[in-house]
Amino acid sequence: MPQMRDIRLLGEPFLPGALIGQFTQANPGLGGVCTFVGEVRGGIGVEALELSHYEPLTLPGMNALADRAFARFDLMGLLMVHRIGMMVPGEPIVCVSAAAAHRRDAIDAVDFCMDHLKSAAWFWKREKRRDGWHWIEPRTEDHADRARWGN
Amino acid sequence: MTIRVVFLGRLADIAGTDAVELALPEGQIDWDGLLGMIGAQMAEVVHAETVKLALNGAVLPDKAALVASAGDEIALLPPVSGG
Repeated sequence: MPQMRDIRLLGEPFLPGALIGQFTQANPGLGGVCTFVGEVRGGIGVEALELSHYEPLTLPGMNALADRAFARFDLMGLLMVHRIGMMVPGEPIVCVSAAAAHRRDAIDAVDFCMDHLKSAAWFWKREKRRDGWHWIEPRTEDHADRARWGN
Repeated sequence: MTIRVVFLGRLADIAGTDAVELALPEGQIDWDGLLGMIGAQMAEVVHAETVKLALNGAVLPDKAALVASAGDEIALLPPVSGG
């Protein structure tokens, strides 16, 4: 069965619902679709978040991650859309959606992709708080989450 | 004859710019040569093991083995923040 993949970086705000609707339509016959949407967390003094990337590495790295997800799980389709640029709390940063014949592959593929995106993708992130900009590094938990998958 | 050096993440703050074009009088540059051209503070920061180097979009397994020629792009990559 042909596999449907949609891996993108976006410089402008997006509506996850619109992406997921199209994605689901593009995978007729699916048994399950699982979606994760990450947003800029609010209420902790963060005024803005800026995500920078390096063109020659970031999108190719996301495509390589998609290759691994397709190799590891029995998927029909995979959507991985990531924002870059300036965002404010409440805006979506990332949307990962997987379609499969059976739920476990869809759920695990999304979990796998998110754990790798959170700690190993080529993004650099800084937060603007009242006292200025602060660079962010992955939390220990993010590395531990990725280690669950063995690499 | 120049090479382009791109600074990612916090390195851009230290450099005060996202990228510079460096003149290459000899047409080639190695790791020590690069360290000598980017300023003492930057050289010290990128010397750290956690800073990786990409040459024309490919991450080098060992940045000290760098040999770059005119027209190449070098990216200095501090630890990623993840998505």
